[in-house]
Amino acid sequence: MTATSLLRHARMGVKDMLRHKMRALLTTLGVVFGVASVIAMLAVGEGASRQALAQIARLGAGNIMILSQKPAADTQPVSAQSSMLAIYGLQFEDEIRIRESLASVLRTVPVRWIRKEAWYRDRKLELRVVATTPDWFDLVNRPILAGRVLTEEDMRRRSPVCVLTEYGARRLLAGTQILGETLTIGNVPFSIVGLVRNEESSGTVQTPDQPVDAYIPLPVCRERYGDVTLVAEAGSRAMELVPLHQILVEIRSLEEVEPAARAIEAMLRRFHRQEDYRLSIPLALLREAEATRRTFNIVLGSIAGISLLVGGIGIMNIMLASVTERTREIGIRRAIGARRSHIILQFLVETSVLSGIGGLIGLLLGVAIPLLITRLSEMPTYTPLWSLVLSFSISVLVGIIFGLYPALQAASLDPIEALRHE
Amino acid sequence: MSEVVIRLESLVKIYRLGPVEVPALRGVTLEFPRGSFTAIMGPSGSGKSTLLNVIGCLDRPTSGRYFLEGRDVSGLDDNARSDLRLHHLGFVFQSFNLIPQLTLLENVELPLFYQNVPPHESRRRALEMIEMVGLADRLRHRPVELSGGQQQRAAIARALTTNPSFILADEPTGNLDSAAGRQIMELLSSLHRRGRTIVMVTHEPDIAAWADRRILMRDGQVHTIEGSSP
Repeated sequence: MTATSLLRHARMGVKDMLRHKMRALLTTLGVVFGVASVIAMLAVGEGASRQALAQIARLGAGNIMILSQKPAADTQPVSAQSSMLAIYGLQFEDEIRIRESLASVLRTVPVRWIRKEAWYRDRKLELRVVATTPDWFDLVNRPILAGRVLTEEDMRRRSPVCVLTEYGARRLLAGTQILGETLTIGNVPFSIVGLVRNEESSGTVQTPDQPVDAYIPLPVCRERYGDVTLVAEAGSRAMELVPLHQILVEIRSLEEVEPAARAIEAMLRRFHRQEDYRLSIPLALLREAEATRRTFNIVLGSIAGISLLVGGIGIMNIMLASVTERTREIGIRRAIGARRSHIILQFLVETSVLSGIGGLIGLLLGVAIPLLITRLSEMPTYTPLWSLVLSFSISVLVGIIFGLYPALQAASLDPIEALRHE
Repeated sequence: MSEVVIRLESLVKIYRLGPVEVPALRGVTLEFPRGSFTAIMGPSGSGKSTLLNVIGCLDRPTSGRYFLEGRDVSGLDDNARSDLRLHHLGFVFQSFNLIPQLTLLENVELPLFYQNVPPHESRRRALEMIEMVGLADRLRHRPVELSGGQQQRAAIARALTTNPSFILADEPTGNLDSAAGRQIMELLSSLHRRGRTIVMVTHEPDIAAWADRRILMRDGQVHTIEGSSP
């Protein structure tokens, strides 16, 4: 069978379709909706997972985060439990050990979270403050809106300076012209030197619960406030001695992230009597999210694929009816000299053209639906090119597969019997 | 007389209807010379249609041999028989058998489609045949828009587009009034004069009179042959 004869059969098939426009449209409706729903479902799935991936990627795939966590009550020594002071968490030595003993570690950033009463002009409120080093701003990308971030010099000179977040500035009812003004945190007056953009609300890995209001140099924090924090917890107040709440570790390359995480974990286990820390690895989260995404897409795609299958069965149904209806035509073609293979080709081409047209309409619909969803619900959608190619090829394949049986049926008719058919 | 182009040797055709065997042909031996015009007659059930189907390579004999232009075609497979029909045989049926959704032109072009003739060439040959049967003003009409006589002329044009040596006609005037039937017979006999070998099945004696030889079938066997002998 040459390509040109295939083309001629296709042309004959299309002509035949056009003679029964309404019937062709109805027949192919199943494929139309099948293809449209495959594309739309994949677009919704892709959109959701891309959003999740972007959020995780913003944490930095090459970073490892170590967080202090309160050990489970029963693992605590009796003395510690009865006393008012809970001592746990990451130590300053942990940070030094990690930085100095692991070759794959580029740098480490120690972080303390504190809550303090603060005064700004005549307003008083409780602020959530992050005490850290300048590297923080490199690792966790925070665009500067005004002024500057913390510097090495601030560290060395233990300057009482602070950087506000947009969120913190808003809470203080301060405008953007706040550089140089004084913010009194606890009883220490800080000079405001910069304003940075907030992190997105989803970045829960760095911060305990709520957005950060201000950043201050870690040495200043230790010197002025000490390492003991007062935490309010279920109505009662407790004292905690937690030197560092978090250590951010930057790893040289992505391949080294997971080995480094294992080494850090082993090291921490050796120096901590209890599990008062926890590792969070964005890369691992990223991998997990990718695996979830894949499963999600497969499930969504298969559900939509079922409608394609139903569409295929619809086509087969109509084509079987068409074979019966056109028995005499088949007999005539055979008597004239058409081979069985010609008849098979004719019916296969007709079903593929039918499902191909359905696939095209479905394609347009499938591209339009996600756009509409995004427009109406702000749900993110993304239509990958491969989903268009995939669903269209499946629709044509469905035509061929479900057209095969009717085509064979048509070709197996005895020409004499077929000619007698009324 | 000229060379024999169709030779049938003790053809037997038995149809099996479940456990019952129905003999349709019980040993038919016949010869058809090139350029002859033969009418096969006989009452219904005499086997004349079965005989035409076997000659037309639509059916295979149960036993016996069939030589078409010297070549034994009785054992050929489906594809080979399809090709013989496509290139050497032209059919004309009682009920015209045009494809209803195709135009007259498309119907006449159909055999050329299966012969893989390029479109412009096939168009030219089809137009030539349509002109010959006098339907040039009906090219875009569909079969239902044509009279019975016109449909049968279109069917003859279709049978002729591939320029076959043989025309097989099964009751070509059976569905036509006598005037239209006469036109068809004039057309067939002009084809005969131009050298085509024609085999026609009919039960009407005045139609059979157009042929130069009449074969009477009875109970699956040749009963009498009348007219010019091979």
